[in-house]
Amino acid sequence: MRALVAGQASGELVILDQGLSFWGGYEAETGRIIDRNHPQFGQSLAGKIVYMPQSRGSSSSSYVLAEAIRIGTAPAGLVLGEPDSILVIGSLVARLLYDVECPIYVGDLAELSVGVVQLGDT
Amino acid sequence: MRFTDRDETILNGDLGEAARIALELVAAAGGAMGASELLDISGAHIDGCLYHGLAGLDFARRLADAGGEVVVPTTLNVSSLDLLHPELYRGDEETARKSRELMNAYERMGCRPTWTCAPYQLGDRPAHGDQVAWGESNAIVFANSVLGARTNRYGDFLDICCAITGRAPAVGRHTDEGRRSTLAIDVAVPDDWLGHDLFYVALGLVLGRVAGTEVATIIGLDERSDEDRLKALGAAAASSGAVAMFHVAGVTPEASTLGSDRGIPRVPVDGSTLTRALRELSGDLDAGLGAVSVGTPHASEAELEALGELMRGRTTSVPFFVNTGRDTAASVPSVIESIEAFGAVVVTDTCTYITPIIGDVDGLVMTNSGKWAYYAPANIGVEVALGSLADCVESAVVGKVVVSGGLI
Repeated sequence: MRALVAGQASGELVILDQGLSFWGGYEAETGRIIDRNHPQFGQSLAGKIVYMPQSRGSSSSSYVLAEAIRIGTAPAGLVLGEPDSILVIGSLVARLLYDVECPIYVGDLAELSVGVVQLGDT
Repeated sequence: MRFTDRDETILNGDLGEAARIALELVAAAGGAMGASELLDISGAHIDGCLYHGLAGLDFARRLADAGGEVVVPTTLNVSSLDLLHPELYRGDEETARKSRELMNAYERMGCRPTWTCAPYQLGDRPAHGDQVAWGESNAIVFANSVLGARTNRYGDFLDICCAITGRAPAVGRHTDEGRRSTLAIDVAVPDDWLGHDLFYVALGLVLGRVAGTEVATIIGLDERSDEDRLKALGAAAASSGAVAMFHVAGVTPEASTLGSDRGIPRVPVDGSTLTRALRELSGDLDAGLGAVSVGTPHASEAELEALGELMRGRTTSVPFFVNTGRDTAASVPSVIESIEAFGAVVVTDTCTYITPIIGDVDGLVMTNSGKWAYYAPANIGVEVALGSLADCVESAVVGKVVVSGGLI
């Protein structure tokens, strides 16, 4: 896996069936998916390692991710099927402002084990 | 990353702390996207001025307090407040205060208080070939596809960093290679559908799903795909997918150079696929009509004029909202008068699906926007019905959802 935002994280793996727009699709207050068009509508991603196959939606997703990281409701880390600078900038800004990490990697689903997943060197 | 001498000067902090932070973030994001160098931009559009919590305010304040100032002409997206009609806001005071602080921070950095999601409707929009850094998904896709300007999908925070440094990663839609189509969409529908606004909304919703982040060439459209229809198409595609750019064969400026459909996969799209996409976003029509909202993205002058004509001598029977930019509204004052005489409320600087304006609604909210229909249910808790601009006005007059054209 290639690091977009390097760092360490571990958590239960959640595989999203589709891309998710964090803005309009993720509630920073609760860490849940609120996009009703998303197959995993209602699921909590807080503290999880989230695999997201594609990018989707709003350019404000960076803001919502940073806000969720600030509040403590963000995923522990993200693995993306394709690079996405919008989520990267959200994670980098949260690290700059609050010194909290949300590492982001690009990788294949096959590289991830089921259950609890570890990102970054330990 | 290869840096120029000026980049190095900025990274050393010689041009101030804000510029240093901004360029570090531009370079880090560029590295993630696979860029090996940066390029100069001639303009920016900032999406980070819409309040979604403290993180954005903390960041804007950090840059503004550190002396951040944009070095290229920079426009601002919608915010959470309508500064011209403050009485429309039904949210809490604390959020309003923070939203205003956020707006102030961006103004302090030298951004123009345009407060519109359709900066391409302002007089001085980018030209074909211009390199810019734009946020706001609908504006990005319009700039690339319809204007032929060049921008990637800049997220909130990265947009202002590009504006402060005048630099952007030289990758993706900034390059010829990244603008070449990799997918062709073959549209086969009855000819009269091409004269129907809702067709372009449906095609956008399907394009987003099929293309994802890819650049597609749409085949089968003609000169009836005017700017407002392409705006609706792109806004829908950037909601259901992450589309940053599309070509329309025979219509958009780079279709003949970068939009060749030779040797790429072809996806057929027929009427039933489009109809299904519209139905999936619509609530139960038996719920009745509660309100109407049009102008997402912000209504153009042509759309306001069309509304003025449709509304002449008639009265709405439900709350009716028209979102537009303050500059656009100011350019057609008599049209705004006819819209208000109909009983409609003109909303500027913000939009009815991102901030509490509509209030409690008994029934569906009808809209002509695929983007509004996509996001409003989660954002403000309403069910929607889709129709053309004319359908929206007709429905408002008779007090129930009326959709013409046979698309739904």
